[in-house]
Amino acid sequence: MQTDSMYQEIILDHYRHPHHQGLREPYDAEVHHVNPTCGDELTLRVRLDGTGADARVADVSYAGEGCSISQASTSVMTDLVTGRTLAEALQVADAFGALMQSRGTLEPDENVLEDAIAFAGVSRYPARVKCALLGWMAWKDAATRAVDVHAGPPPDGPAPVAPVADPTTLTAPTPEEIVP
Amino acid sequence: MTVTVTPATGSATASATGSATASATASATASAVATAAPVGTSYDVDRIRADFPILSRRVHDDRPLVYLDSAATSQKPRSVLAAMTDYYERHNAAAHRGVHVLAEEATDIYEGARDKVAAFIHAPDGREVVFTKNATESINLVAYALGNADRLGSRGRLGPGDEILVTQMEHHSNLVPWQLLAQRTGATLRWIPVSLEGRLELDDLDSLLTDRTRIVAFVHQSNILGTVNPVDVIVRRAREVGALVLLDSCQSVPHLPIDVQALGVDFLVFSGHKMCGPTGIGVLWGRFGLLAELPPFLAGGSMIEEVTMAGSTYAEPPQRFEAGVPMIAEAAGLGAAVDYLTGIGLDAVAEHEHRLTGYALERLAAVERLRIIGPATTSSRGGAISFVIDGIHPHDVGQLLDETGVAVRVGHHCVRPVCQLFGVPATTRASFYLYTTYGEIDALLDGIERAKRVFG
Repeated sequence: MQTDSMYQEIILDHYRHPHHQGLREPYDAEVHHVNPTCGDELTLRVRLDGTGADARVADVSYAGEGCSISQASTSVMTDLVTGRTLAEALQVADAFGALMQSRGTLEPDENVLEDAIAFAGVSRYPARVKCALLGWMAWKDAATRAVDVHAGPPPDGPAPVAPVADPTTLTAPTPEEIVP
Repeated sequence: MTVTVTPATGSATASATGSATASATASATASAVATAAPVGTSYDVDRIRADFPILSRRVHDDRPLVYLDSAATSQKPRSVLAAMTDYYERHNAAAHRGVHVLAEEATDIYEGARDKVAAFIHAPDGREVVFTKNATESINLVAYALGNADRLGSRGRLGPGDEILVTQMEHHSNLVPWQLLAQRTGATLRWIPVSLEGRLELDDLDSLLTDRTRIVAFVHQSNILGTVNPVDVIVRRAREVGALVLLDSCQSVPHLPIDVQALGVDFLVFSGHKMCGPTGIGVLWGRFGLLAELPPFLAGGSMIEEVTMAGSTYAEPPQRFEAGVPMIAEAAGLGAAVDYLTGIGLDAVAEHEHRLTGYALERLAAVERLRIIGPATTSSRGGAISFVIDGIHPHDVGQLLDETGVAVRVGHHCVRPVCQLFGVPATTRASFYLYTTYGEIDALLDGIERAKRVFG
């Protein structure tokens, strides 16, 4: 066994016993993301409390299938963003994005990333980075849509259209697209 | 090292006569079997491996590379690399352009490769071999040209009411171009279903392949299932109804003796890089009369006959389909690959892979929680074996195998409909070639057991 295996015990634990799994009501936005090269799929819901700068991530629920990296990363993500303000959660997401595109050169900050530091090794395998990012990208997308829902319709504009997830357009971005 | 096999016992009890296999390690038996040769021949896998520099690479903590991904791309022998280097060092020029000595030599190398490929697949005429970027381009060329042809044989333009027939096990490259052709022309795309044994379901062939069918395009040997399809059955029916036949031979030309005339198809496509040649070159073989009827695909230099500002006429095949300065170094490499494979003999390669496949299927079948996706026996089956393991995603299997130096392919292998049919998101695929050993299959099995331990 390699000492620097991608499969840290933290990752295997989250894969075997994922946190916050399942699709729950109520929710403000739901998205469906796929990883077309792997066949990983994820449906994810976000509920926010409050609006604007006070908006807080009240719940993240999800269902999907995929490899241990994508499943465990999604589980860790729900721990890190739930209960935080949207601004704080986005900062964590950016820190994770930076770690993932570091090609193993970044020393992760455990105070910020907690269990997500276990994915540092994944960043050395470009083919697997998108697995680790699947849940995070889905969360960012759903959170953005949830903010729009909370903002309500513009004063004279049409009512907002219910968000429709389009798996053909909402795929995880390439590492280049997630510059923090 | 020389190993002989007695006729009565076959590979299972190969007896090593060399000292190299006399080691007392646990894999001694496997090493001995590794060089098992067909009776009466001297298939020496160690000698073959010595021709491939990359096979002596070590990866991850100095582990030997176990390359089981030849269905994705094969490794290249030194002679192929040398042919390409020699071309650039001594002969580099634009083929078919110029009268200087280098241009003549480059043209000879390029056209010489065409003749070698033609002989390799028993094409009656070198002009029937079109060089393309890859097999994908070859199929797109045919699909595009068929859609633009005013007539196909005795029949008119492709259009509504016409049908295109494929199978449910096609690589996306032999599916999506036909979907696009159907969209462009109004023709209907139909397909032959696949059984859960990984075989084509041909019971309803006569109702799928009818006089409405203009072309049937199908894979000779499946890249995901390993299945070798019954070309004769489909060709016979296609002939009855006057349909054209395109055979995707990406996974058969590198592994089996191929005779395009005996197969009786109209078009046959394959890529260079899966048969010990370089990337960047593929082949379209077509009956000359048919190629001569097809309009161009890509247009530009060297595919024309006469050009005026108002319009152009086109060169005869194959030049009609080879616009621009071609991939001459790649053709040199492919020609060398043909020489290399011919020197070993495709019969011997096929026999070696057949034995390896039998051994691998037997060992994989004994692994708990492992399910083979594809035919379970070596009957009409090649050496690409897909499998899934309960509770471990194929990407994790592939990653854990990589940690032990074993390189396999994971994913849907560009055949998503087959994954959907079998209800799996992806598979892990091990694939073999002329340089694969029994010891490497043992390493695969060891890696699978380790993956199962990691995931508990």
